[in-house]
Amino acid sequence: MSTGLVFPASGAASRMTINERQIAGLFIAALCLVLVLIIALPLWSLLSKSFESADGTFVGLNNYLTYFTTPTLFVSLQNSLIVAAISTAIVIPLAFAYAYALTRTCMPAKGLFYAFALLPIFAPSLLAAISLVYIFGNQGFLGFLLLGNSVYGPIGIVMGEVLSTFPHALLILVTALSLADGRLYEAAAALGTSKARVFWTITLPGARFGVINATFVVFTLVITDFGVPKVIGGQYEVLATDAYKQVVGQQNFSMGAVVGMILLVPAVIAFIVDKIAKRHQVALLSARAVPFEPPANRRVALTYLLFCLVAGGIIVGTYGVAVWASLIQYWPYNLSLTLNNYDFANVEPGGWQPYFNSLTMAALVSIIGSAVVFCGAYLIEKTNAFPRGRAIAQLLAMLPMAVPGLVLGLGYVFFFNASWNPLSFLYGTLALLVINTLAHFYTVSHLTALTALKQIDGEFEAVSASLKVPFWRTFGAVTVPICAPTILDIAVYMFVNALTTVSAVIFLYGTESKLASIAIVHMDEAGASASAAAMATVIMTTAIGVKLTHLVLAHTIFDRLQRWRCRTAT
Amino acid sequence: MNSVSIPLPQGVPLDGPAHHEDAYLRIVDLTKRFGAFTALDRINLEIHRGEFVCFLGPSGCGKTTLLRAVAGLDQQDDGTIFLDGRDVSRAEPSQRDFGIVFQSYALFPNLTVARNVGYGLVNRKWPRAKVADRVRELLSLVGLPDQGEKYPLQLSGGQQQRVALARALATSPGLLLLDEPLSALDAKVRVRLRSEIRALQKRLGVTTIMVTHDQEEALAMADRIVVMNSGRIEQVGSPETIYRTPETAFVSDFVGHMTFLDAKVVSPGKVDVGGLVFAVADPRGFLPGTRVKLAMRPEDVKTRNIDAGTPNAFEARIESLAFLGAFCRATLVPLASPKTCIAADFSTNAMRDLRIAIGQTRCVAFPPEAFRLFPREAGEGRI
Repeated sequence: MSTGLVFPASGAASRMTINERQIAGLFIAALCLVLVLIIALPLWSLLSKSFESADGTFVGLNNYLTYFTTPTLFVSLQNSLIVAAISTAIVIPLAFAYAYALTRTCMPAKGLFYAFALLPIFAPSLLAAISLVYIFGNQGFLGFLLLGNSVYGPIGIVMGEVLSTFPHALLILVTALSLADGRLYEAAAALGTSKARVFWTITLPGARFGVINATFVVFTLVITDFGVPKVIGGQYEVLATDAYKQVVGQQNFSMGAVVGMILLVPAVIAFIVDKIAKRHQVALLSARAVPFEPPANRRVALTYLLFCLVAGGIIVGTYGVAVWASLIQYWPYNLSLTLNNYDFANVEPGGWQPYFNSLTMAALVSIIGSAVVFCGAYLIEKTNAFPRGRAIAQLLAMLPMAVPGLVLGLGYVFFFNASWNPLSFLYGTLALLVINTLAHFYTVSHLTALTALKQIDGEFEAVSASLKVPFWRTFGAVTVPICAPTILDIAVYMFVNALTTVSAVIFLYGTESKLASIAIVHMDEAGASASAAAMATVIMTTAIGVKLTHLVLAHTIFDRLQRWRCRTAT
Repeated sequence: MNSVSIPLPQGVPLDGPAHHEDAYLRIVDLTKRFGAFTALDRINLEIHRGEFVCFLGPSGCGKTTLLRAVAGLDQQDDGTIFLDGRDVSRAEPSQRDFGIVFQSYALFPNLTVARNVGYGLVNRKWPRAKVADRVRELLSLVGLPDQGEKYPLQLSGGQQQRVALARALATSPGLLLLDEPLSALDAKVRVRLRSEIRALQKRLGVTTIMVTHDQEEALAMADRIVVMNSGRIEQVGSPETIYRTPETAFVSDFVGHMTFLDAKVVSPGKVDVGGLVFAVADPRGFLPGTRVKLAMRPEDVKTRNIDAGTPNAFEARIESLAFLGAFCRATLVPLASPKTCIAADFSTNAMRDLRIAIGQTRCVAFPPEAFRLFPREAGEGRI
């Protein structure tokens, strides 16, 4: 080591007049204000509207009484529960087997099958229903399989919901099943335990929270989905279509609010179950757990391969039918290929405009959303100013998870359409669609950002302070670059969801801000199902394209920018 | 410096020439609570310019909380902190004058070693060349002259910790805070780095506080050790003082190995342990009849040259022997007091020369000045 180092006299920088803590506090206050405006107040409007009569006077539980005593209204609640229960009962075992194949067997081409099963995430849920109409409808080529029953109604809804909720259940179950401690299986094998007993005593208990969680998530998704019952429900009324009918068709806002509040119930239960499940799931796997290596059993692998071929094939096939239907002249009489259905001007006044609106909206949600969410998560997790504000912001950020899109959309109608609201000029604009979609997908993005931030050393801010570097410089120079992959994940997640969402925005669009997903609903209503399928195909292709670009970018450019993650110098 | 006269904290004797004017850091009645839990209970402490002080104690004793309060990272509920005569009790961390090194290193992984070290300098609007010079100087100071272009993850743990040290020293802070800086390292690296840090600190003369739970580390590095327990200071003193004359049962138990025996004072300077009477040095003068704790270190046992005139000689059976490398730790059971167990260390030399083995009965002795007496309530033994 060298000697004779000259240490300059330390002069404390006392000319600092701005206080970092106060600046952080201001940012947190701003975050709270934004979250109150886009989440808390719309939900409050929905709640209060359900206790008001049409002219705005408080009527207590009268609206609820009316709802539960009017058979025509009440029947849709029953229908929703039946459809949701049946769909859940079908999806969970199937998704469990599929997830098991992906995580616990030596089946080949796991990545490909995973991708097949995730396909529905990239399309509006309407697309599944449109396909089912082509397959099992009055002129469907497999209609005979229904033995004379109509696909329009509960059968069609269940089939559509099973398809569109399958990937959501699968994602949860794959996570649950990949958390396996190999030592337990080795211990069981050493004790000579039978395969069936190992499954019932180790595998299933280990994944039980995932199963419970997936059950509630699927149930909630089905009960609050608007797209599938709208297209294929026929005369079979469910809660989501009922809410739409009450608000858009009959302008009965109070009754719409009551339906919204009822829709909130399963979602809130699912939210609480998820919280409990997460707490248990974490405790399940200790740091010393040994990863599970699936045994090389050819017969098992082949059985699961067969199952995945059928299940994955049905998913890809169903969505493929819609793509094919969008490319043919006139089903089922003229099957020659054409691009006519993509000339939307024939059936949709705006032509391709809704698609471009969707793109603009998704891009704005993605950019603004990832910035707001990440900065918000940083303020909550890494600063120590304004503790009460941070607690409020955290609570509000978690709220949208418990609120189905349709319910949030209703809340937005009541809040932003109110005459007293100075923000009512936003109603019907693309800006409001952006805000609504951002709020709708806030929680998942927020949690993703929080997870990434928690993995960063908690002392960076302390070190910066000791070096007299303000926190926002460390945020820009260190935190954002480290979290860049996560921020990109959030941006892509928001983009894809903004592109495919229907339920929240169906109440909020204006003539100038009609989205592609809404145009699909309208074209389908007008009987132009080929054009509806075409628009849905365009959306799906775009979403998949963005996701693939993301994957490619992440593996090329990003890997190079993140060179510092490698332990060996290059 | 400071004209306000603050009474010297009671019960915290300061070793050496502790004058107010010398105190670079002065902590007065510092209290920190987390809900119902009192993490720091009226802490009073002075640290002199250029001193190397260790906060030593078990986890949860408040040593890290105290360090973070000094840094301003956790705000105390009550009390005052003077840094170089300036009241910084409510100042932001950036308005204090310290560098800090954490157990986790907290190096910015996406910045090169050189940019990490220069992180606090860039903010000072220094010309680029001056920053580069200073970074080079610091890197050679910590023995990493050519590692500037690497990223932190490409360095070993010990190297990363040196980079963290260089970064903390870059802005020439008046106070260097080390929060368990060596705990995450291998035993060998730890021992080497601790003498390096100490040598560096002496050369730069920077006032340093290190938090550690490793008593060996504290004994080896510190000018003074502050032993803490459940939010309070148990004793402040030089390593020698802390080891040789622990003032509380807690300190004697925490630093080094100690045998504790229940005893009763029979007359001034004499205690009875289950029938065995020892002569003890008892500067505190416990009254006859007082029930006390008698403490002695295993290495103070005497096995050779014991004759009739040797005080405190007694016959004991060797109940067990544990080989610990340079010495063996034996459990002795005095014949006169068969329920008592006393730990004693025999050097490998003694083991060989005296052919010590399990089951033997030997004559051993503890010199009176080797004993410490504490009041009966172990752990709460504040005097």
